[in-house]
Amino acid sequence: MSTFLVIVIGQILVNNYVMCQFYGICPFLGVSKRVDTALGMGMAVTFVITIASFVTRLLQFALDALSLQYLQTIVFILVIAVLVQVVESALKKLSPSLYQALGVYLPLITTNCVVLAVAQKNISTGYGLLESTLCGFCAALGFTLALVLLAGIRERMEESEMPTWMKGFPGALIMSGLMAMAFMGFNGLI
Amino acid sequence: MAKKNTVPSTLLNGLITENPTFTLMLGMCPTLGVTTAAMNGIGMGLATTFVLVCSNLFISLLRNIIPDKVRIPSYIIVIASFVTMVDLFMQAFLPDLRSALGSYIPLIVVNCIIFARAESFAAKNPPLLSLADGLGMGIGFTISITLLAAIRELFGTGTIFGAQVMPESYQPMGIMTQVPGGFITLGLMMILANAARKSIQKRRAARKEAAA
Repeated sequence: MSTFLVIVIGQILVNNYVMCQFYGICPFLGVSKRVDTALGMGMAVTFVITIASFVTRLLQFALDALSLQYLQTIVFILVIAVLVQVVESALKKLSPSLYQALGVYLPLITTNCVVLAVAQKNISTGYGLLESTLCGFCAALGFTLALVLLAGIRERMEESEMPTWMKGFPGALIMSGLMAMAFMGFNGLI
Repeated sequence: MAKKNTVPSTLLNGLITENPTFTLMLGMCPTLGVTTAAMNGIGMGLATTFVLVCSNLFISLLRNIIPDKVRIPSYIIVIASFVTMVDLFMQAFLPDLRSALGSYIPLIVVNCIIFARAESFAAKNPPLLSLADGLGMGIGFTISITLLAAIRELFGTGTIFGAQVMPESYQPMGIMTQVPGGFITLGLMMILANAARKSIQKRRAARKEAAA
């Protein structure tokens, strides 16, 4: 049980993929203008990463059995691209309202490097099927947390008086730096 | 810029006008992730440039064969093949650099610069121009991340390319080589880049007025 707790706290806070390891910076800066869109993106990513971690872990068994490990990158990215497609069409049929809410963010997930990074880290740390899935889910929650936090700050920044040269990306980057400093405080937790 | 697509103008476009890091804001993850030392910046930049040039060339050659519907998976396979080649090459010949760059090498697959150039340039332009575009973008990316890495290395450890630059009495700022330092340095560099671009535009406008 304690290993699961370590994975949960580790993935969400201590080794947060965005704030402590620099993965998924593009959507982090791109979709963090408003809190509601940030939440939508976070939900879509959580959905895809959880399934992707499970499927890629399963496929790694096949790659190991055939000793084709060098194909890992190609196989994983294809699986992720296909999965995003499948999730998109499935949502369209099953839950049109959720599909509407996620909108353009769904296809963008393919190029979110957190998905591939989590899949590869699961393999290199030697997690099993259950741990990999949990790890993916928590990593995605961590991503959502960082995204929503930054979106909240940026909404406030829009309304405050800032020098024009700080507006937009420079301001967001410096704000992320300060957030990352705060996240460093979780370092001793595990 | 798209009107007079010649090889030199395309090269220059990637280097300065549409520099991927400072104007297009693409490929941010490796930009921030590996730039703790100047050497890593160059290594990552060159690996990305290789993949960018090859994938642009191949996608441009195949642009009339790939059906529109399956273009995204096709691009991904082309890109992933070249990334795997770079990865295996580095594991065999540059193991130190490979372990310093860690999982960022396989992650070149999802670097949005490569994908964006394939989609917006290589799919519409002849091979030679696409090659020039890949080279220009790649070198522009390499220069900007090496610069960022050099600044972080200078303040974080007092060295550049491993050579001591700061005086012995300098206390290294550890935070610069850690995550927050990366964000803040890039933010400050972006302010400078924006200011430089604005002053160039102003000067150009003034020149145009003087000519008229």
